[in-house]
Order: sequence, then C-alpha cells, then structure tokens
Amino acid sequence: MATSFHGVGAAVAALSSSPSNSFDSKKLLCSPRRSFPVRKGASFVVARSDGSVNFDLNPKARRAQQLIVNAVATKSDSSPASSSSKPGHELLLFEALREGLEEEMDRDPRVCVMGEDVGHYGGSYKVTRGLAEKFGDLRVLDTPIAENSFTGMGIGAAMTGLRPVVEGMNMGFLLLAFNQISNNCGMLHYTSGGQFTIPIVIRGPGGVGRQLGAEHSQRLESYFQSIPGIQMVACSTPYNAKGLMKAAIRSENPVILFEHVLLYNLKERIPDEDYICNLEEAEMVRPGEHVTILTYSRMRYHVMQAAKTLVNKGYDPEVIDIRSLKPFDLHTIGNSVKKTHRVLIVEECMRTGGIGASLTAAVTENFHDYLDAPIMCLSSQDVPTPYAGTLEEWTVVQPAQIVTAVEQLCK
Amino acid sequence: MAFSTTTANFTSQPFSFNAPSPTSHVKLLITPTSASPFFGSTRKLRLPSSSIFNLHRRSGTVVGVSQVVKEKKPKSTLNLLITKEEGLELYEDMVLGRAFEDMCAQMYYRGKMFGFVHLYNGQEAVSTGFIKLLKQQDSVVSTYRDHVHALSKGVPARAVMSELFGKTTGCCRGQGGSMHMFSREHNLLGGFAFIGEGIPVATGAAFTSKYKREVLKEADCDHVTLAFFGDGTCNNGQFFECLNMAALWKLPIVFVVENNLWAIGMSHLRATSDPQIYKKGPAFGMPGIHVDGMDVLKVRDVAKEAIARARRGDGPTLVECETYRFRGHSLADPDELRDPAEKARYAARDPIAALKKYIIENNLTSEAELKAIDKKIDEVLEDAVEFADESPLPPRSQLLENVFADPKGFGIGPDGRYRCEDPKFTQGTAHV
Repeated sequence: MATSFHGVGAAVAALSSSPSNSFDSKKLLCSPRRSFPVRKGASFVVARSDGSVNFDLNPKARRAQQLIVNAVATKSDSSPASSSSKPGHELLLFEALREGLEEEMDRDPRVCVMGEDVGHYGGSYKVTRGLAEKFGDLRVLDTPIAENSFTGMGIGAAMTGLRPVVEGMNMGFLLLAFNQISNNCGMLHYTSGGQFTIPIVIRGPGGVGRQLGAEHSQRLESYFQSIPGIQMVACSTPYNAKGLMKAAIRSENPVILFEHVLLYNLKERIPDEDYICNLEEAEMVRPGEHVTILTYSRMRYHVMQAAKTLVNKGYDPEVIDIRSLKPFDLHTIGNSVKKTHRVLIVEECMRTGGIGASLTAAVTENFHDYLDAPIMCLSSQDVPTPYAGTLEEWTVVQPAQIVTAVEQLCK
Repeated sequence: MAFSTTTANFTSQPFSFNAPSPTSHVKLLITPTSASPFFGSTRKLRLPSSSIFNLHRRSGTVVGVSQVVKEKKPKSTLNLLITKEEGLELYEDMVLGRAFEDMCAQMYYRGKMFGFVHLYNGQEAVSTGFIKLLKQQDSVVSTYRDHVHALSKGVPARAVMSELFGKTTGCCRGQGGSMHMFSREHNLLGGFAFIGEGIPVATGAAFTSKYKREVLKEADCDHVTLAFFGDGTCNNGQFFECLNMAALWKLPIVFVVENNLWAIGMSHLRATSDPQIYKKGPAFGMPGIHVDGMDVLKVRDVAKEAIARARRGDGPTLVECETYRFRGHSLADPDELRDPAEKARYAARDPIAALKKYIIENNLTSEAELKAIDKKIDEVLEDAVEFADESPLPPRSQLLENVFADPKGFGIGPDGRYRCEDPKFTQGTAHV
C-alpha cells in the first residue's frame, strides 16, 4: 500500500506543479515531451478521483462518504504511526470480493447470497468460498438452475427486508433473468410509489475470456443500461472490487456489479481498514495532458499497456476508469475533457448500443464545446465472440489499436 | 446450518380423487353439481369421460384437505362453518369487491381511468376466502387482476380508486395504476403486469419469513405468503421453477391458482397438456388441492389448512380454485369467444348469492342486516370516487422521485454536484 501511495502522491505533486490550471483551449498537442515520472514497482498509478485536488472544487459531493479512506491520504490525514503499522495486505481480486462480501455479512445479518454453486462449491470463481461453512446454507443459498426465478426471489426478499447478493454464474446467464431485472428490480420502487426498496446486488463475471465461446463471452452492461432505476458498476482492481462490493451492498438502490472473468487473479495490496468506493464516481488511473482515455474493466489494462508505448512515443494520456457505467461520473470525465480536449473511449462492449455509444453521446452533449476532435470509440466488433483464439483476439480492442487511435486523435 | 429436505410427510395423491363421502362441508352450499362441467364450453374439446373423472364430476365434492390429512376435527352438531361475525365479514368483503369492480367499469367508460383494467367479478370467493384468514404481516402477491386482492388485504377503497384515477393520493402515488397495486402497510407486494413474474417475488417474501425465523432467530416469525395467479400462468416457467424452490426449502407459501378457464381468449384446455393443475403440486413434492372457487366457504376451509400448513413450517401447498370471471379479460375485451351458456352456468353459481343464501338459510343474520351492508358498501364507494375525483393529479415534481431509493443513483453532474441536488431535479424538469 505504501508503494502505491507514494506513486499517487508523486502524481498529484506533478500535477499541481504543472501550469495546467490555466489551460488554453486552443493549446496544440505537439507540445514538448513531458516526462511523466514512471514509478518502478507499481505498474500504474491508482488515484481516487476525490484525491485529485485540482478538480474537487465542491466538497458537497463528497459529504456522504465519510468512510472512504482518501486514497491520497497525506501524512497529515493519517494517524502518526499508521502508514507503517498498517501496511495493508496483498490479495487477489476474487479474494478481495470475498473479503468485502464477508465483511458486509458480518456487519449486517440481513445480507445473504443466492446463486448457483455459491454454497458448498464455493462459487464457480471462488468468490464465495468458505462462506457457506461460516454462515450456513440459508445465508449462502445454493439455488437450482432457475435464474429468472431466483433473481425474482432475491427481489422479493429485498422487498421484505433482506439484502441479497445474487450471483449469476456467468453474467450471460442473467439474460434469463432479464424479466425480473428489468420489470421488478429496476421499476418496482417507482411503480410502488416508493413504498418498497430493493437493496439487491446482482453480480457475476462477464466479458470476453479465453476462448469461452460466444455465449460465455457476453457483455451485458449494454443490455441493462437502459433499465431505469438500477445502477451499474464495473470493478477492475482488487481495491475497487472490494470497495464497490461493499458500497453496492450498503446501497439502498439495486446495483449490478460487473466483474470480469480474466481479472479474478489480479494481485494488489489493499488497506486493512474498512473502506468503500463511491458507486457513482470514476477513478483517475493516470493523469495526463494530451488525451482522455475513458475505459472500464479489463480494457483498463489494455489501455495501460498502450499507455506505456504512448509515453515512450511522447504522448501523455490521461486514463480514467469510469467504474460507474450507469450513471456516468460526468464531473471527473468533464474535467478531463476540459483539460485535454480529446477523448478516446476504449471498451469491451459491442460497437452497437454499448456503454461507449452512450458515453459518446453523453460527452458530446455535455462537453461539445471543449472538444478539439470528434470522440473516438474503440469497441469490440459486432460479432458473436468466436472460439478460435486468433479470431477472438481480433474481436476485442488490442493495445496496438489504442496506440494508433491516440496517434490519430492527436494529429 | 442444514435444514430438512424431507418431502415425505404429506399425501401425494391429488386430494379430490379420494373417494368422497358426503361430508358436512359439502352439503351446505348448494352447488349444481351435475350441471357444471368443470372444463368449460369449448365445444369441440371435452375431456374423455373416464370413470375417475365422472366420479369427480358427479359427486361435485371437493374434499377439504382436513379430510385427508388425518386431523381430529370436532364434529359440531351445529354443522355450521362460520359464525355470524365471520359470515358478515365474508359477505361484506365480497360485496365490496363486486361493487368496486362495477364502479371501476362505470368510471372507465366515463373516462376517469385508462389503460388496461382487469376486473374480478365472479372470483370474489377466492380473494375473500383466502385473504380474510391472513394477519396483517402476511404477504399477498397478485397479478394485474389485483383490485380485489388489495381491498381484501385491507387497502382502503379510497386509495385503490385514487390509484386507478392516477391521482397522487393513490396507494402508489398514481405511479402504478390498475396493474400495480402495492401497499407496504398491508404487505401487498403487487400487482404485476407480466404473468408469472410475481410468483418469484412471493417466493422471496416466503424466503424472508423463513430466514427471519432461522437465521435472524425471530422465533415467532411465521408469516405466510399467498401468491395468486391464473390458469395461463401455470404453463409458464416461473411457476414451475418456484414450485420446485418452495417445496425444496419448505417455504411458507401457498400457491393459489385462480383457474377461470380463460387466458384472454385462450381456453385453458387448448393451452395445457394436462389441464388439471392441482396434479402438478405432488410432482414437485407438495399437496395439490382442487376446490370449488365459486363457494367461499369451501375455499376458506381449504385455505385454513393450507395456511396453517405453511405457518407450521410444513411447506407450500398448491390450491387450484375453479372459478370464473363474469366480465371479459379486461375492459377492452369484447368477450365474444366464451359460450353464453357457460357464462350463464357460472352466473348461477354467483358466490355472493350463494353466501347470502347460506347465511339466510342458516339464520345467521337477517336479510335486513345484509341489505344494510350493501348500502354501507355503496356509501364507501361513493366516498371513494368522490375522494379520488377531488384528489390532485401528480405534479411535475413527482416525476423523478422514487426512481431510486437513494437518489444519488442519478449520478454526478458536470458541475461536480449530485444531480439530485439540482433544483430542477426536485421540480421534475432536470434531465437525468
């Protein structure tokens, strides 16, 4: 944890020392190379958006988040001995999810889990391993294979006082639960005139994996995004996985938490203390000057890989992990656009009607005047994900394409 | 913590197939047993008359569950199923349901309510027979034909009528409408437009009841959930999936099928391979019972046992109520497909008339008192309509409330503030 804090501190320092606060909207991008300090050890900078002091002009938006450990906790914030006595602990992303879930289940006895193979089997990706032994078969419920019905059951339980976490073994299976997710999960609070709340969390792994075939490689965020009344978040690091899991469970709204099949084994050191990640906020991954790259989930890593190449070529990309797929954090995104004037969206959704399409529309609508070039959106091809490895590789966005896109955008 | 998964302690025979003996339950209400073929009047489709079938139909008896589940039942010499108070309660509830639906039709044709309105005329015995046995904490889940379930559960007629008129004083602030009646206070969990989608919600409510008892250790939590749905729903996947889960985990739920033989214009016989829905219960490990849904006392008798079974923790029951809707599927349905003879047959079995007859013949109370109830209900309805008429329409500011329980879910706007803090949000004009 200390390592990444250092990195963040340096990043913020670098930022505030640059004359970026008074930017000229006509500033051309062929400015002299900026050498952005690349830290050894940490592969990328993880900075919380509320740590970016430049942008946070309004403290009101942050007032509710008393619990969040400020990721750029300066020495004055933390207690004297803390940074050395609380080094954090290292774990994998699926363990972080489990930790978050377990902590919430310890904290509130109404939190329960439902899904296929979540109990005795421990979850098909081991997110719920050990929980059934600890909390019992009723709190970690192994359901029959009936997505529509057990999701509806979770909704009914949520309406009557419980706080269920429904797991789709693969997000794609939740297509079978679309009826319940759309009609009941999303709309029921409204149609009941606010009488019933549905504090449910629906989570599961989605995205394109390693040759899993078309049906196991779906990106449901694009299908669910129109449903009114739900929130959607996508986790990408162990830190935000645990934080988002906890925030989602505590939220009174129905939240869909998208995990990615290929990210479960990411390792990171996370804080020991209790923290949550704000559901509606985006995450500043790498501050920069030349171009804003908006991404989420697995594509974040493709973007960061491309960023290495780009930095070597003299570009300074600002990378934002939007995290909140619905609603978009237009504050973080907007501030970035106002700074760089160029936007590239990199997503794993299909080209048609994906998150990128909505994001393009939202950015255009709100920040059109600040753009120096049309928004570029790199998405997966509108193709059922093929089984063959080579074909599969070509359906999703690869780092080389990102580099090319940035070069084109910054011409 | 493992919980019992034994499913052996119930009778797996469909109850109505047991050799019926004339019981005190059966004699009292006059049902034209010979003249009521159960499966409706689609002329070409009649079930082959097997002997078992004739036995069932000829006797016209429905054996109450208590008959088969060998419980000691005190044989009262009086042979009456209800007390005077109960009789009046049942009568009033059914009259309220009938009068309310008639008033809905009037109001609809006068342009006070719009959209799809599905009336319950003729089926009152099912709603009254079941729901009047519940406590306030028990839950009811219904379908789009939910006005009378709401009234039986205790939602004031004013609130339901206002909701139908789309006024802000409606039980759902005018946001739900005819097909989405909800009441937290009365534990009415809806009101669903798609058939079958309420059944999992009911299963969830029953799950909560079990969870409260076993995990949260609220030892006295014995809340029961009733799920009402129709014959068409019984061919839907969610029905079967929930029968499985409810029986598997012994959830305190009763699945009540209001088999009125028609799903809009689709006859139950044309849609279902085995039309005897109650038989599907034992296939999943729960009792399946068939009852005459035009007879409130029979329904009540079956309901008592099914609800008691759930409360004890013995698990779910599937109850198929043979009933009939006197009006079309909805107020937009011309109802041309059903045979007038069939309608006449069922009209003769009007549950309100039957109860009235029972009450009078058994001297539970006088005709005058029943007439007084009729008058009282008329006044309640007039008041409800007046209240609804005078209630305000929802203002624009109501548009964006209630989308989220926590309105932070609308996100952070470009200015850094949460959108719900924008004054236009509370005015209902913000774009979110």
